[in-house]
Amino acid sequence: MTLTKRTLDTLIIVAALLVMWQTLHMAVGATALPAPGSTLAYLAKFVPSARFLQNALATLESFFYALIVSYALGLSIGVWMGAHRLSGAVGEPILISLYTLPKITLYPVVLLIFGLSMSGRVTFGAMHGVLPVALMTMNAIRNIPPVYLKSARTMHLSKRQTVLTVLLPATLPEVASGLRIGFTLTLLGVLLAEMFAAKQGLGFLIINAMHLLQAEEMVTVTVVLFVFAALANSVLLWMEHRLHRRV
Amino acid sequence: MSKIAFLRLAVIVIAVGLLEAACRGGLIDHRVVIPPSEMAIALAHILATGEANHQIIRTFGIVIISVAIAVALGFVLGVIVHALPRVRQALDPLFATYYAVPIFIFYPVMIAIFGLSVVPIILIGVLNAIVAMIIATLNGLDRVPRVLTKVGRVHRMGRVSTALRLKLPAAAPHLFTGVKLAVSYGFIAVIASEFIMAPAGLGRVISDAYSDFNNPRMYGLMLLLVIVATVVNMVLHVFDQRWAERRGIART
Amino acid sequence: MQAESSKPQVHASLSNVTRVYPGVAGNPPVNALGPINLELRRGEFFAVVGPSGCGKSTLLEVLAGLQPASSGTVMFEGAPVAGEVPEGIGVVFQEDASFPWLTVADNTAFGLRRAGMAESEIRRRVDDVLSFMGLKDFARAYPAQLSGGMRQRVCIARTLVLQPRLILLDEPFGALDAQTRLLMGDEVLRLWRRTGATVLLITHALDEAAMLSDRIGAMSARPGRFLEIVETGWPRDRDSTIVGDPRFGEITGRLWDNLRNESLKALGHAQMAAE
Repeated sequence: MTLTKRTLDTLIIVAALLVMWQTLHMAVGATALPAPGSTLAYLAKFVPSARFLQNALATLESFFYALIVSYALGLSIGVWMGAHRLSGAVGEPILISLYTLPKITLYPVVLLIFGLSMSGRVTFGAMHGVLPVALMTMNAIRNIPPVYLKSARTMHLSKRQTVLTVLLPATLPEVASGLRIGFTLTLLGVLLAEMFAAKQGLGFLIINAMHLLQAEEMVTVTVVLFVFAALANSVLLWMEHRLHRRV
Repeated sequence: MSKIAFLRLAVIVIAVGLLEAACRGGLIDHRVVIPPSEMAIALAHILATGEANHQIIRTFGIVIISVAIAVALGFVLGVIVHALPRVRQALDPLFATYYAVPIFIFYPVMIAIFGLSVVPIILIGVLNAIVAMIIATLNGLDRVPRVLTKVGRVHRMGRVSTALRLKLPAAAPHLFTGVKLAVSYGFIAVIASEFIMAPAGLGRVISDAYSDFNNPRMYGLMLLLVIVATVVNMVLHVFDQRWAERRGIART
Repeated sequence: MQAESSKPQVHASLSNVTRVYPGVAGNPPVNALGPINLELRRGEFFAVVGPSGCGKSTLLEVLAGLQPASSGTVMFEGAPVAGEVPEGIGVVFQEDASFPWLTVADNTAFGLRRAGMAESEIRRRVDDVLSFMGLKDFARAYPAQLSGGMRQRVCIARTLVLQPRLILLDEPFGALDAQTRLLMGDEVLRLWRRTGATVLLITHALDEAAMLSDRIGAMSARPGRFLEIVETGWPRDRDSTIVGDPRFGEITGRLWDNLRNESLKALGHAQMAAE
């Protein structure tokens, strides 16, 4: 009963957004903002095309590698700083400062080091994603109730058992949350890199279309990214809720 | 200074020192990264001659305007939505997934609609920051202890009085968290816009310096941004800690 | 005309008061309270005891005007209570209601500042009450720096400083440990004597009620009605050492006789609900 109510609410919001879009379109004209209808038509034509697929693949490739680096590095740093109190206390404010810093400020450095190659985009994406993963993993480990560890000792669990059967499940929900936020931010990083300086990728397509005054293509790619990000996040959120309910 | 703060400072100093040594020693190419000392000198030079003053004022001015709008409007909207439970229920999925999408991808669309001016920059700054403030306002109002409303009635306070003198101070810590987030998100969005495409501003100047291979200028201004972002963040953090201590709210 | 002067004045009263919570989301309405008949004599210390969920807090809130009575009349000082909390009534709640953003002194002064009293007069009254409550040294501290018991004292101070004629205490010591509770009981007696106010105390602790009160109303399980009103006959200048008096055991025994069955009923309800 609540599920259908939620779906209804979501549909109402989507409908409202579409109405606002249409109104805005009628106010500013098709050269500035194409209507939802024509965007959908263009989407149907453009998405299956080779050009779109090539660029989408380029973005996905950069994103995939960036995500692996974000997760691997973020989890390692998070575990270390969570388990090792001193490092955590010393490093946390540094990480938080880096988190709130607009990292695009540092992008030119990345470009100078890596040029226009994919490594640069991967690095930049990872720069964005590493921090929330690290911070939230660190917090998850710190927040393990000490009574869990005491219980594990009274049950004579080995170190390996303690980690696998107690620590891992205990930290999983919060770590999952961090991974979800890391997902979004890594994607943002990769897209920013493509928007600023790249010759391919979906971010590049948007900026390129804007320069060439091709509003339809610009809006279409934006919408595709929007839908992808929203769907991916919903899936991750659903997985996260499953985890939270078990704990 | 506590041991931890000292260690932290040591870590930063050593890191910068290593970078300086690596640059001067030739390990890092001068055309890629210049030594931190030269960055500082370049920044000092830029500030002394005042050549970037106009851009600096413009960028920080835009950030302040965007954040102010986001905080004020976000707070008002939060209060309104909190008072209308059905509306809040309907908007809940929107709030939950808003930051799932990089809002920034709409910046080019904004430019197409409003032209290349300060307007799309402020808009994207506000859009990026406002929902954080709305969510924080909702959280803060949720957490007002119910007993406070009863105390208001025992003191025979009207609704407005209760809202201003009891609910608002009670919600203040959460509201401040919203302000912190709004500042952060607004700053990020504005700088990103200026880098990607803007008529003027610090981001534009830095990206121009990059294109012109003018490393000292580029790094000098980058250093300025890093310093300002860090200082602002630290100040907000200190205030937050102090207020939280006073209220007995544990903060990491 | 009868000799009215010997008959104690009625300060506040509930006549045939009931409180029914309307049904929500398809559930039937809940008879939370009543019918209740109670006459509070001016200056007396009256305690209400009863099992969980019997409606003790509801009784207090209806009396204070925080909730409307579904039927019957509520009177305070000759005037009906309806809609708002009448001037002259002070309430101390079970939850910590101290304002964390104000110092102890500012918390206490809160009601006075709103009344627009002169600042010098406010300071005098606040100092007076803080000394009385033993909070003088903590005037500039924030509630977060104090223990639970002290925070409750701040709430009491904030109520006292307005010089209420009827003080309602809704399980104010519920969240405190046993020792602190006993000490707070002595404090409440002190302030009752000093202010000369009428006090209504809601508590689930029988010994606390028996020790502190002139009269104790034993409530039945929901919907709460008074099973018996026990007179203790204690002298006015009593303190917690009264627990040594042989009659203390009798009174507590009488209360428990009344309440044992009711408590079982309340527990039974809970068990049935769990099934």
